[in-house]
Amino acid sequence: MHEMSLAGGILRMVEHAAAREHFARVARLSLEAGALAGVEVRALRFALEAMAPGTVLEGAAIEIDEPPGIAWCMRCCDSVAIGARSDPCPRCGGWQLTPTGGTDLKVRELIVHDA
Amino acid sequence: MCVVCGCSNPGASATAPGHGHAHSHGHGHDHVPAQAHAPADLDFGANAARVSVPGMSAERAIKLEADVLGANDRIARANRAHFEAHGVAAYNLVSSPGSGKTTLLVATIDALRRARPALPLAVIEGDQQTSRDADRIRATGAPAIQVNTGKGCHLDAPMVAAAFERLPLRGHGHDHGHAHDPGHDDALSLLFIENVGNLVCPAMWDLGERAKVAILSVTEGDDKPLKYPDMFAAARLMVLTKTDLLPHVDFDVARCIEAAQRVNPGIEVLLLSAKTGQGMDAWLDWLLADAARDARPRDETAALKARVAELEARLAQREAAA
Repeated sequence: MHEMSLAGGILRMVEHAAAREHFARVARLSLEAGALAGVEVRALRFALEAMAPGTVLEGAAIEIDEPPGIAWCMRCCDSVAIGARSDPCPRCGGWQLTPTGGTDLKVRELIVHDA
Repeated sequence: MCVVCGCSNPGASATAPGHGHAHSHGHGHDHVPAQAHAPADLDFGANAARVSVPGMSAERAIKLEADVLGANDRIARANRAHFEAHGVAAYNLVSSPGSGKTTLLVATIDALRRARPALPLAVIEGDQQTSRDADRIRATGAPAIQVNTGKGCHLDAPMVAAAFERLPLRGHGHDHGHAHDPGHDDALSLLFIENVGNLVCPAMWDLGERAKVAILSVTEGDDKPLKYPDMFAAARLMVLTKTDLLPHVDFDVARCIEAAQRVNPGIEVLLLSAKTGQGMDAWLDWLLADAARDARPRDETAALKARVAELEARLAQREAAA
């Protein structure tokens, strides 16, 4: 449900970039939504597509990279891949995990046209 | 729609299974400047480089690498600095609807009034609609500001900044045109922010609080921390409420605590019943101890930092509005 506010935040960031960099439209919007970022990627894409018409994002391809969740396992003393915050360590089955990667929701890059 | 790049080329969908189309389909948008300016004029200098280079299109890449929640987080940091400069310990109460957040707050305010009559308290109430919760808080005598989020499913940092402006906690009602004189307002005060009842979305929004407190009532099910891990991972304390109902429900306290510790090994846990008062003392002790911990740097540097953060937040808000 909060994906709508996040999409609004992304659109605002893109529009600020458009004002700063003087471009007319976006050909491709590249996002990063980590597996542990708390974002439902399908809902985010839907929200962005719903907001795009009439904005610089109209017609833009939306690319969302979903890096896997990485956590530090205190028992294994190593980084392990996890799918969700409620997952155990895939190696030792323990729960002493601190997420270290795949927690970000970022706008990485825009491919833009000046006209 | 192309499932790889999300472009709306209808021809892409036929080849999409297995991502086999290798993005060779036409993207339906221009990649060369000549097409972009067709049909009348040709201007090969109209791109950012002001020059045409064979083989290079007028497309350009802009690296942002910016956190989507960055604007919120900047204002949250300003809130945090602002709270610290005013000696305000703020707690963000999060839970599903109906867990008893407001009932707990009313009981907490009553108990704090008895235990610490001089301690200033205030509440920011978040709900989609109505001021019912703020009315319940005001009935205790504590100041409360209701924030209605409309369709919004969570409070964000600008909402809290705006609500805090209206509360008398800021140096006890002084005008805000001051330059954060480090000498003013010596007493510690508590601010409770009751978030919109929702175990999903509020987890992501930093409001500038000292800690998120996740409230879970025993009528809800002991596996909630596993079902909504982001919220329990974001909380520093889990409060199990309505414990007077434990004899009547199938709620395994030990299993619930284990589930919470799975998603957040460092989470603290308290059990209480706002109705019978059992466990309330431990909750008040937790609040007062936490609020007093490394409270108030109260020096000029901190006050100046708070002022800078506040101005940055105002600038960010103005930029966002523009």
